[in-house]
Amino acid sequence: MSAVELSPDAVGKNAPKIVARGVNVFYGSAQALKEVDLDVGEHEVTALIGPSGCGKSTFLRCLNRMNDVIEGCRVEGRIELDEDDIYDRQLDVVQLRARVGMVFQKPNPFPKSVYDNIAYGPRIHGVGQSKSEMDEIVETSLTRAGLWNEVKDRLQSPGTGLSGGQQQRLCIARAIAVNPEVILMDEPCSALDPIATARIEELIDELRQNFTIVIVTHSMQQAARVSQRTAFFHLGNLVEVGDTEQIFTNPRDERTEGYITGRFG
Amino acid sequence: MNVLTILVVMVGLSVAGYYLGTRQAVGVAGGQRSRLHSLPSYHGLYLASWVLLPAVALLIVWLIVEPHVAEQALIANLPASVEQMDPNTLRLTIGDIEARALGGIVGREVAPEFQPAAEAYAATLSISRWLMAACLVAVMAIGGLLAFRSIGVEMRARNRFERIAEVIMIGAATIAILTTVGIILSLLFETARFFAEVPFFEFLFGLQWSPQTALRADQVGSSGSFGAIPLFAGTLLITLIALCVAVPIGLFAAIYMSEYATPRIRGTAKPILEILAGVPTVVYGFFAALTVAPFFRGLGQSIGLDVSSESALAAGSVMGIMIIPFVSSLSDDVMNAVPQSLRDGAFALGATKSETIRQVILPAALPGIVGAVLLATSRAIGETMIVVMAAGLAANLTANPLEAVTTVTVQIVTLLVGDQEFDSAKTLAAFALGLVLFVVTLCLNIFALHIVRKYREKYD
Repeated sequence: MSAVELSPDAVGKNAPKIVARGVNVFYGSAQALKEVDLDVGEHEVTALIGPSGCGKSTFLRCLNRMNDVIEGCRVEGRIELDEDDIYDRQLDVVQLRARVGMVFQKPNPFPKSVYDNIAYGPRIHGVGQSKSEMDEIVETSLTRAGLWNEVKDRLQSPGTGLSGGQQQRLCIARAIAVNPEVILMDEPCSALDPIATARIEELIDELRQNFTIVIVTHSMQQAARVSQRTAFFHLGNLVEVGDTEQIFTNPRDERTEGYITGRFG
Repeated sequence: MNVLTILVVMVGLSVAGYYLGTRQAVGVAGGQRSRLHSLPSYHGLYLASWVLLPAVALLIVWLIVEPHVAEQALIANLPASVEQMDPNTLRLTIGDIEARALGGIVGREVAPEFQPAAEAYAATLSISRWLMAACLVAVMAIGGLLAFRSIGVEMRARNRFERIAEVIMIGAATIAILTTVGIILSLLFETARFFAEVPFFEFLFGLQWSPQTALRADQVGSSGSFGAIPLFAGTLLITLIALCVAVPIGLFAAIYMSEYATPRIRGTAKPILEILAGVPTVVYGFFAALTVAPFFRGLGQSIGLDVSSESALAAGSVMGIMIIPFVSSLSDDVMNAVPQSLRDGAFALGATKSETIRQVILPAALPGIVGAVLLATSRAIGETMIVVMAAGLAANLTANPLEAVTTVTVQIVTLLVGDQEFDSAKTLAAFALGLVLFVVTLCLNIFALHIVRKYREKYD
């Protein structure tokens, strides 16, 4: 990879967990991402910002190969997770997704009980054979997602019956239960009210201790609050990446400045 | 004056009314259409409906009342000798006279003493027709005139016509509902007559079905026995076999179409599968009787089983093929209604496609799938042609699919086909069976639709 020239900002201070080089994504003949180089540092929150349709969600979905599900989507370039190429033919997508969890824009709990929602991931990966092990996984995951106290008395009631914010934390707990290394979040608060949003943001900050987090957000305040590093995408290009503070106080590119000051977007 | 001519004239007049109304509306607006509250065509429609609708209502009432009035005239002119005739013969004679007057074919000549009655009947009818024509013209003229005079710049013809259109549609819906009610009532009354002759519990729980009743006192071997359990059992057996065929095939087809197939394949495969539902059941019937049943018999013989040539297996499996589209199409729809976000959620946790389908999609779609299967079941229970041709007539009480059984629908057909007397327990039994069938399928349908609807509310 030494042939690729990188700006010093593309590489963060923390050791990189995910390394993306020369990523191009096509939907049919339309190109959604152009030559993106980006490092995601371990145990930090990387925020992807940019106007709608700029390719930030597309990039996020490359990291756990959720783009495989979309018909006509083609990914070029190299993405490494702990130096393993995740687009290697030998790689099992199921194992990749066990290492890279994901939380979606709209809370999508399964129409099952709270307990079964959390237990789903461990079960399909063969973790937590005994009842007591599984109980423990469920309790830990819910506790880490800050939901345990609210739902411990109704683990058997349907997950779809919780409030929107609770559902989203349930989805985070569900992702944590598989014990991934990276958690991808695709605008996790856009369907929530400000109070639920604040709780999730707090949670993201706590989760940083144990997980590497990549978050797509439309809210620049949110990016500023929760992330250590920020990447600005525009029209499929990665325009600028750097420490969050630097991006918001002293952007180098005029497009970045234009976007964060609200002149376009 | 015949009714068809009258109808044509009525429609002609109302079309004329339309043009008249349109022109008048343009006229009162002084040629400036924008001054009118409603478009000229609404004025035309309004006028036309005032010409046509009251007249049609009058026509219907007249045609219902007329025969009764004419018959009264006929009876009043009957000779005194009829007092000695027995009521049935009298009824027949009156029928003959009426049929003759209307130009129908009559078996016998009318006896001379009935001539005055016949003449009175014909005269009444003829007067009635002319009177009716006059009344209709009057009603159309009054309706048309009133509507015509109301045409003006401010007249809200659009709103009024919408109102009329609404009433017409309510009328159409009412006719459909009343017909259903009529069918249920006829079933109920005939069934009540049947239970006057055969005890209710004997019918529902009796094990012996042999509906041949003696027409004459000296006939033997036709005692008549109306235990419907063998029919219910036969229906159940065939329905079960049909479901064993349709549910796995239909469900797998649905899973393939909604989860694996590309939109293009799905767009082609689904209509083709639905063609199965469009094959006339009589075609399935002879396919079952002439192809499938001999095939099963041959297969049975080759492995040493005795399969009757009209077996529940043959009828049931072909019926299963018939109801595949009900299961597959509806299940495919409900699985497609499961939000993509649930699939994404499962995939993102590392679930494989089959795990996602088994553990997320199917449980989420289950109520809808159950609804689809129930609808298919009610279709199978009510299906007639296949079982008439392939299942046999013998009312065996058996659970062996290789034997011939009979079903409720088959028995209704055999009880009512051909010349029958409609007051014996034998023919009345058909109505009781029909009512049972109706109640069962109605309950299944209501239950199924309830389940499907409850499920729909959840994700839309």
